[in-house]
Amino acid sequence: MNVRIESQRCHGHGRCYDLAPGLFAEDDEGYGQVIADGVVPPGKEQTARLTMANCPERAIDISEEARDDR
Amino acid sequence: MTVDDRFSQDIRETRTDLPLGTRNEIITGPVSDWATNFSHLEPEWAADPYPIQDDLRQRCPIAHTDRFGGGWLPTRYEDVAAIAYDTERFSSRSIIMSNFRPPLEVAPVGGTPPISSDPPFHHDARKLLLPAFTKAAVAKREAATRALCHTLIDAFEDQPVVDAARDYAQYIPMRVIADMLGFPPQDGPRFREFIENALEGVNLPPEERIARMGKLFDYLLAQIRDHLDHPREDLTTYLINAELYGHKLDPSHVAGTMALLLIAGIDTTWSAIGASLWHLAKTPHDRERLVAEPELLPTAMEEFLRAYAPVTMARLVKEDMHWNGVEMKADDWILLSFPAANRDPQQFDRADEVVIDRQVNRHAAFGLGIHRCVGSHLARMELRVALDVWLERIPDFSLADPAAVTWAAGQVRGPRTLPLRIGIG
Repeated sequence: MNVRIESQRCHGHGRCYDLAPGLFAEDDEGYGQVIADGVVPPGKEQTARLTMANCPERAIDISEEARDDR
Repeated sequence: MTVDDRFSQDIRETRTDLPLGTRNEIITGPVSDWATNFSHLEPEWAADPYPIQDDLRQRCPIAHTDRFGGGWLPTRYEDVAAIAYDTERFSSRSIIMSNFRPPLEVAPVGGTPPISSDPPFHHDARKLLLPAFTKAAVAKREAATRALCHTLIDAFEDQPVVDAARDYAQYIPMRVIADMLGFPPQDGPRFREFIENALEGVNLPPEERIARMGKLFDYLLAQIRDHLDHPREDLTTYLINAELYGHKLDPSHVAGTMALLLIAGIDTTWSAIGASLWHLAKTPHDRERLVAEPELLPTAMEEFLRAYAPVTMARLVKEDMHWNGVEMKADDWILLSFPAANRDPQQFDRADEVVIDRQVNRHAAFGLGIHRCVGSHLARMELRVALDVWLERIPDFSLADPAAVTWAAGQVRGPRTLPLRIGIG
């Protein structure tokens, strides 16, 4: 699973880095950033979905591509 | 070194080139039909706007009023979001619905940038403020905020009944924003007067409002001059020195932004803290659960923000247009009710219930789009700390007199009198 922020839609509410500080961080102006390459570690899929469901701007995309471990 | 003489004269005299704007007949009194004659200043709206909004959402869903020179009240989440995102057709040149519209010429800056600004200027004015209000930046104020909350509760001593709005919620944002701007902490009570004038005095005669706003700007100018003489590490000195497009800011921009931070930073958070305590005081099972499961507080807090969102914004329609079934005219107000959007059953399951463990909560309490509340991280820190300390120190409390609770009328709604019976263990 991969997470991505559509930066045009992000307005810095910070729900993603509040809920999943291991997946997202804030930049110097409070906008959300995906940490590293956006690959969701095993076991964190539910947390990733939670951030998507709580972003007021619907700026978070998740792609559920098939991984090697499946 | 050149002397900074931007603030040597009265700021209000620097824009004598502007037209006066439009004044409207002041209409007050009971609302006959909320769909055609709404007013957010009437006591029944202040006391409980939700049944009114729910009714309008079902039968309008965009209500109209001839008051304030004409305005619209969308009540569906979808419409509120569409207007918040559409900065082409809806201007922020005034964001407080009143009997006075500032002239078109104040756009795109407006009186209190960046909340009153339109693109493209808005982006640049907002960018100046963002670094001071990130989650990491406001986290540095958490320890002092926590200590303040403890001090306020210490002062309750053995009183069986305390006013949680007046003696607790109010002081938290007041002190935090005074510290950030570098204003004397003992000036807090004066801020309350400024706030009431700006947000609750919107139906006073314009001359009276102008005179009252003058007092605020006199105060801000005195603070600016003091900071010019004694620069400090605070937002006032930062704004005095800030540059945009290669120049220091216009004096009215500096003072306008300070006015915004002072007013928007206080009674909004004061309202959110008060409304949350009010809910917990009247809902023992939610209070007991939060005391038993403090780790639920961040989730519960978002639900309080959804269900009791304090802030309603306003916009002005730019041009005559047909919009989602209604005929909007240029300069009509839009009362942009985030509280109504947050209770739309099309957007939220069990929209009219407070569900403190709600997992999916895409609420709009801090707005949507480019004007997302710049202080949202600060407000969340203050709300979390205020509730955390209160629940730790006073786990047992209830409404002392439900009929004595009063709510602010206007665009920022929250308890202003909140007598709670407390059992300090």
